[in-house]
Amino acid sequence: MIEVQGVAKYFGRFSALRDLSVTVREGEFVSLFGRNGAGKTTLLRILAGLTRPSSGDVRIHLSGPRSPQEARGGMGYLSHNTALYGDLTAVENLRFYANLFDLALDEAELDKRIQLVGLAGREKEPVRNYSRGMQQRLAIARAFLHDPSILLLDEPFTGLDQTGTEFLKDYLSRAHGRGKTCVMAIHDAVLGYELADRILVIESGGVAMDVARRSVSLAEFQQRYRALVKERSDAG
Amino acid sequence: MPAKVWTIFRKDLLIELRTKDSLNAMIFFGIVVLVIFNFALEAIRESIRAAVPGVLWVSFAFSGTLGLNRMFAAEKENSCLQGLLMVPVDRGIIYLGKMIAACVFMLLTEAVIFVFSLIFFNLTVWREIPYVVLVCLVGTLGFTAVGALLSAIAANTKMREVLLPLILFPVVLPILVNAVEATAIILNTVDYRQLKLPLTIMTVFTIVFATLAYLLFEYVLED
Repeated sequence: MIEVQGVAKYFGRFSALRDLSVTVREGEFVSLFGRNGAGKTTLLRILAGLTRPSSGDVRIHLSGPRSPQEARGGMGYLSHNTALYGDLTAVENLRFYANLFDLALDEAELDKRIQLVGLAGREKEPVRNYSRGMQQRLAIARAFLHDPSILLLDEPFTGLDQTGTEFLKDYLSRAHGRGKTCVMAIHDAVLGYELADRILVIESGGVAMDVARRSVSLAEFQQRYRALVKERSDAG
Repeated sequence: MPAKVWTIFRKDLLIELRTKDSLNAMIFFGIVVLVIFNFALEAIRESIRAAVPGVLWVSFAFSGTLGLNRMFAAEKENSCLQGLLMVPVDRGIIYLGKMIAACVFMLLTEAVIFVFSLIFFNLTVWREIPYVVLVCLVGTLGFTAVGALLSAIAANTKMREVLLPLILFPVVLPILVNAVEATAIILNTVDYRQLKLPLTIMTVFTIVFATLAYLLFEYVLED
């Protein structure tokens, strides 16, 4: 479970999050929507422990409350930045992260992980030679190498082609089916709606809409979201 | 813990051996500094041994700063630092891995620069080499103990190439001054007991700053 209580984040005078409170239950899939600069990435980075909130409290429960260091071991963070070393091969990248996560993965297992993301035959090639989409596929293997309980996803479909998008969508659906907690920032309303149990719209650093997916149709959600964005744009 | 430090160090070493981005630049720059001093000190060729310690450490410090500036460049590309920060290890471990990598690269560079300095300044130093190695090791550890932390701070700013030397040199001044003094004792005297004071100062400085940096590194890396 993830508990966010009254979190605010300031970058100088700019306030990215304002008194934001939200609870994500274990096994829940939450899609975060919002305009650029609404605070989605900041929220995800705070949840991941990459950014310290200016005020407020974040609690990550993985079979009980954990220290930030322990909590990181149970979280996977995937964004449009791949966090891969261009001068290392795919296998070397995964081996590096596997060692840091204390995972005893041999060469065959690492090859298997790379093949699973559709990069068979390219294991020994420097990542710099990969296309953007291929790098994002490898980033998926990297982020979920340690089979985390909580998946934090910041625009994870960026750069993926149709096959890659289908692969990631299927991967996330299966992960959700296995009880993983997912929080995903996304702009694509259809993808975000299809995958989610719950939809949150973040606007001006706060929660502007919080609905269960079952309670709204896609068309209804899109209509409400557009209206909300227009209202905020007019007000701003 | 040592395994994780080794993992980070090994990764940096592998990337450097593959690209030679830092080492080539550091060695080239260090040798250029020597060449300039070689011409500048032509007038005092007779007493060149007195000037060599200062020349050497200026060259080591300048080329080392170049390496430190590159240290977090690979981590910034593709936001690799973000991936590193997500691993469940004490963030001080990241500091130790990076610091040891920087230290090894700097020592390799120093070895090449030292050999070139023997040629340029026509020095014979067989007997002194073990002591020079000791001073270089302690001095470089101190330099990189501070440098790795400040490099991480500078990497988060727009003016990192300019900022690093500005904040690094005032802090590492005690290391540089004592390293020059110790090298001068080795090259210009026979009484090596005098090495005790500069070596002690450098060792204490290194331990204090490495401990502080290990503890502070977590706060340096977060937004």
